[in-house]
This record gives sequence, structure tokens and C-alpha cells, in this order.
Amino acid sequence: MKPAVLTGKHFLTGDEACAEGALAAGCRFFAGYPITPATEIAECMAKRLPEVGGLFIQMEDEIAAMAAVLGASCAGTKSMTATSGPGFSLMMENLGLGIVMETPCVVVNVQRAGPSTGLPTLGAQGDMMQARWGSHGHYEIIALSPASPQELFFQTIAAFNLSEVYRLPVLIMADEVVGHLSERVVIPDASKIKLQSRPRAKGRKDRFKPFHPGPNGVAPMAHAGEGYMVHFTGLTHDEKGYPVMTAQAHSEMVSRITGKIRGNLDRIIHVEEYRLEDADIALISYGVSSRSSFAAVDEAREQGIRAGLLRLVTVWPFPEEVIRELAKRVKCLITVELNLGQIHLEVQRCAGGMAPALLVGHAGGTVITPAEIVEKIAAACSQ
Amino acid sequence: MNRNSPTRHPLDSILRTDRIPHIWCPGCGIGTAFSSSLIAIQSTGTDLTKTAVVSGIGCSGRGAGYVKLDSYHTTHGRAIPFATGMKLANPELTVVVFSGDGDLFAIGGNHFIHAARRNMDLTVICVNNLNYGMTGGQAAATTPNLAKTTTTPLGNPEQPFNLPLLAYASGATYVARWTMLHTRDLTQSIQEALGRRGFSFIEVLAPCPTGYGRRNRQKPADSLKLYQEKAIVKNGANPAEVILDFKQGITLGKFVEYDRPTFLENYDRICRPGTP
Amino acid sequence: MKFWRAPLDTEEIVVSKGVVYIIEDRCKGCGYCIEYCPRDVLEPSERFNAKGYHPPAVKQPDLCVNCHYCEAICPDFAIYSLEAPEQRSSELPSINF
Repeated sequence: MKPAVLTGKHFLTGDEACAEGALAAGCRFFAGYPITPATEIAECMAKRLPEVGGLFIQMEDEIAAMAAVLGASCAGTKSMTATSGPGFSLMMENLGLGIVMETPCVVVNVQRAGPSTGLPTLGAQGDMMQARWGSHGHYEIIALSPASPQELFFQTIAAFNLSEVYRLPVLIMADEVVGHLSERVVIPDASKIKLQSRPRAKGRKDRFKPFHPGPNGVAPMAHAGEGYMVHFTGLTHDEKGYPVMTAQAHSEMVSRITGKIRGNLDRIIHVEEYRLEDADIALISYGVSSRSSFAAVDEAREQGIRAGLLRLVTVWPFPEEVIRELAKRVKCLITVELNLGQIHLEVQRCAGGMAPALLVGHAGGTVITPAEIVEKIAAACSQ
Repeated sequence: MNRNSPTRHPLDSILRTDRIPHIWCPGCGIGTAFSSSLIAIQSTGTDLTKTAVVSGIGCSGRGAGYVKLDSYHTTHGRAIPFATGMKLANPELTVVVFSGDGDLFAIGGNHFIHAARRNMDLTVICVNNLNYGMTGGQAAATTPNLAKTTTTPLGNPEQPFNLPLLAYASGATYVARWTMLHTRDLTQSIQEALGRRGFSFIEVLAPCPTGYGRRNRQKPADSLKLYQEKAIVKNGANPAEVILDFKQGITLGKFVEYDRPTFLENYDRICRPGTP
Repeated sequence: MKFWRAPLDTEEIVVSKGVVYIIEDRCKGCGYCIEYCPRDVLEPSERFNAKGYHPPAVKQPDLCVNCHYCEAICPDFAIYSLEAPEQRSSELPSINF
């Protein structure tokens, strides 16, 4: 057996860092399907999981991969899958199942340019709205966005922790650039990595209600084989888990699964501010685009423009309050993303007309350069 | 005879009696197949706390909601991969998939053949009522040629699957077919399947009076009569030669039973040798 | 059944006997138990249960041999049989020779 936490300094691709992060987080089951540019995560897991006593299986398609991940989690094992756009689309139905069954797990989307087969080997950030609303029905989701292999390592651990505490699938919306570039990744000692686990069922087994929320809105979980004889269904269900086909029961269930997220926003949302304290122009970005945005802020400042960057670490739930406050004090908000305006729509919505909301974006296939961003900043200033 | 029975039904301890009577129609064969399965599960002596039932969508899929075991009513066609993840995460569990022909072989067909190929240690009980009952009686991959369904109002132009052959060809190591009339044989097959390792597949023919029977001149009693009269029990028959024809005959029996390493045995041996 | 002489173990063989219990409110009136009871113990009743179905009624309780087939064939968990309490041999049903 080899250690799950490879403490030390490494030179890893984002995909490799993601796999190592999963292992460090306690993931011991990976079901996946090859897809560029996420295949390397599966390949890493295939090699490393047996070394730590875990299990890897390549399923017949992404639908099966997501189903297997849910099944493994219901049996008590931290589990994960990784894919890209086309596979992400396939996983949507079972993602919904994971949401209503309140199953902790992690789904990584190393985004590539879409729609459809698109540019398999080139990055984009075009799945951000899909991450929010890709499955049918109304629900809340948590989605993180890493900007470097180092961050991918830590965000994978964070994703597992969030999924365990709040009992839902958590998404990591990486992109091909971050997934495939190699950078320094420092893996700390295992003792420095804080892990969370799902709240466990306690008490009389014959009286246990699998969906009765605890104090933070999350119900303790009973696994298969623990003797609680629980019933889990994708149908709208009550606190016992039994299907109830009424609008009332539906409202209660949806309120419970959305409420546990909306009621804990301050503990879930995480943003990073760079030179934003006195900024006139605020860039809003995430993932690979935020790397160019950092450089653009510095360049703009050198030109005398007070620019700053709000980097979204958690993209969903969207940091509405932060944007609203920002819109009150800056002259202009500029969203920088590798699509034609998805998070931009959220920024626009939250800005509510208090500040103009602009976009620097294109459909993907290459990164946005700092120069393009600075050009937009300058243009915004001159108005 | 007592009108209000003083004792409980022998299966009440394994049923969610707070949800009985169930939703299945009068004359529906699923209840009987389900009952035979419960008798088998109860009688094998396996630890019931470590037995999980996984189902998909459809009338048969509702079975998971009525059994008092850890049960998972998942998405349409995806019971088998869900069960795969569950079994691999905790190999001590006995995982049973109880679902219908539409769920397992149309939308779920790909998952079925791969699980069989891998010889996943699962027991798959497929209630075959020749149509999609829950949604009102549409044609399924098992609907007989020329049969009337709501999506084949002028007769089914397609040929149905030979499920035992499909299972055998995919690599299932235990393949049997019974009808819900043959309760004891069915229970025995399920007992055998539960007691062995590997991918076991049992097809159970059942009437669907509301969906299929109504449109094909088969009152529930007629279906059972056909099962009785046309059944040809041929244990060990070649799956390629088994027939399902209400005029010519319905081959029943335990057709295939052999041993080969399961997915987990192979994985442990090849991918993680030396791991306890 | 016709025998040409009395079987040698007539005195020793005990034919099993059962008592049928019907959980009427679970019954959906499919009629399978009535149709397939090998001893013709059951018949449709005139009564309605809570859902409006006619549950079966036992017409010949003494003929029940506790084969459990009604219990096995019933799709609704509405009928089952239990072994009848011990009887003395003189009360066994007679067999015609």
C-alpha cells in the first residue's frame, strides 16, 4: 500500500493534482469514462486507487459512471467521477437523483469548447450555466472553479468536504487549460488536511427518518448495510423517504434541499479579492480567465487605472451580496470568462443597474489575454 | 377461516406494511413475482440488514418501495450501474436488482450487458410483462411481434429480444426463466441466485392486464392459463433455442449455470494484489 | 382417487391440513387464489371490501392441505395459510376406495 497523501513538492498537471486531491480527501471509489481533457484524472485514479485500498472502474458510459458513484456513496464510500462537456450533459439526470437523494459525491468537469463535440482538446468555460441548471427541476448546487493545479488539489478536498457536510453532489468546474498545464503543487502533510464526513444516522433504527433535517438543515445519512432499512427514491418523498405525490410534499422536499444551501451561504461562498479596496473598475472572473485578469489588473494599475479583481472560487451559489455591494461603489463591472456571457448574466442581474456590467469573453478554444482585458478596461474608463 | 385475520401475513416482517395495499393493478403479476422474491430472500438466511434492493422506473421498479430492506428506487434504466457502485463499495452487501423489462433492456440494455460481461455479483430479477405498463402500455423491447400496444396500435412491427440468450451471450453465469405462475420454481431460482457469486439473471413472465392484456385479448386469467398450458420446462436448454410464443410454447427453466471469476475477484487478483 | 386396496400405511400417513386466512382489505379481487387452489377450497364472496373488490371466501375449509399456493400466487399479500391445529386420526377425511 502506498500513502494516499503524497506529501511533498511536485510538478503536476491539474488533472493529476485533482486525482491526488481526491485521494487526500478520502475518496476510495472512482467510476469514470474516458473523455478529453479529463481522461488523465481517471488514469491517475486507476493507478493510485488500488495502491490505497480503493477501487476504480471504467464504466460503459458517463450515465453509468454517475449512477455507480451514487451507489458507492450510498454504501458509505467517498466517490467521484470526472468528465468534460459531452459527458457532463449525460450525467445530468443522475446528478438530479444525487441531489434529491442527498448523496455526497464530487463531479469534476474539465471544460472544453462546446456545444456538442466542439474542440475536445481546447479549453473554455461554457458549461457554467449548465452547472447551475443542467439537471431538470429546481435545485441548488455548489460549484467551485480552480485557477491552477495547486488550487485544483485543494479545491478537490474542499469539494469533498462540502459534499459531505451538505449532502449533495459538488461540482468542480475546471477547464482544459488548468487541467493540462503543469505547475508546482505542494501537498502538505496529511495531518494538516482537514476532512469532513457526512452526518451519520444515530438512534433507534426502527424510528429513523432518513430525510429529517438536523440543526444545519442537513439530515443524517444511513448507509446500506447499517440496519436502518432506509428507502431512497428519486420520486418526491417525505422525511421517511416514502414517495408522496402531492404539491405540498413536493414543496417541502424542494424547500429542504434548497434551504440547506441557501441557509448556509456564508459558510459555502468563497471569493478572493485582489486590489479591490479602492477600485473603480472591478473585474469578475474565475478559473483560467482569472489568471489573465490578475495580470490585467496590474497592467491597468500601471496605466493609472484603479482596477481590481473579484475572483470567484465558489461560482455557485453565486455571491449575489458581494456583487451588489461592489456595484454600489465601483464605476464599472467587467466579467471575464471563456464564453459569450454566462456568469456575466448573473453579474448584470445582481448589479441591478447600479453599475454598468460589461463582458470580455469569447466562445473558447484559447485563453483570454491580459491585453484584451486591459483594452476593455481602458474603453470602459473613457466612457 | 377468519375474516379479519388475527395473525400477520408471513411476509409482513419484510414488507413496509404501512404502504400496503400497493399500487399494482388487480391481476398484475408483479406482486406475485415480488412475493416469490421476498420468500426467497427471507429463506436464504442471509443477513437482511446487509441485503439491498435496487430498482429502476416502472411498475416493477416500485417493488423497492414496498420491501423493508435498504432499498433504492433510482433513475430509468440505471438500477444496474447504481447496484454495481453499491456492491463494489461494500462487497459484504447482497445486492438484488428487481426491475422491469423496459427498464432493464431498452434504456438499461447497455448497462445490463456490461454488468453481465463483468460477471458483477448481482442478482437481477426482471419482471417481463411485455410492455411499458406504468406509462400506459407502450411497446417494449420484449413486446411480441404483431402485438397491440399504445405505440403500436396497428400491431408491433418489431421482433422482441430473447432475454435468456442476451443474458447468456453477454456473460451472465446464471440464467433462468419462469412465469409468476411457477412460484416455487421461481423462488428456488432466486434462492440459488442469491446463494451464488456472479451475475445471475432471472426472467419472470407476468401478466399486465391493464397495459398489455387489455389490448391483446388476454384477461389476467387467460394469461395464467397460457402460462400453464404453453409452458415447456426444459432445464439446461440452449438459450438460443428457447421460445416465447403464446401459440407455440414458452420455454421455461434454469438454462445456464456455471462459475467464472466475478469482477471483484479479478480486480483483487490483477489490480490490487497484496491488498488485504 | 381410486385404489384397488387400502394403502398399507393409511393409519400412519397424516395429510397436512391448513387454515386459510384472508386479509380482506388488501385483496383486489383478481381471483387467482380461487382459480388455482388445488383443493377448490375458495370461492368468490358476495361481500365488498373497503376498496370495492370481492375478496375470496372459504367454502370448504376442511379440504385445505396447507399447500400455501394461494399465499404464493396472491399478488397482494392478502391470503395465507397456516398449519391447522393437531387433529385426531378419526377426524381425517376419508378416502374412497
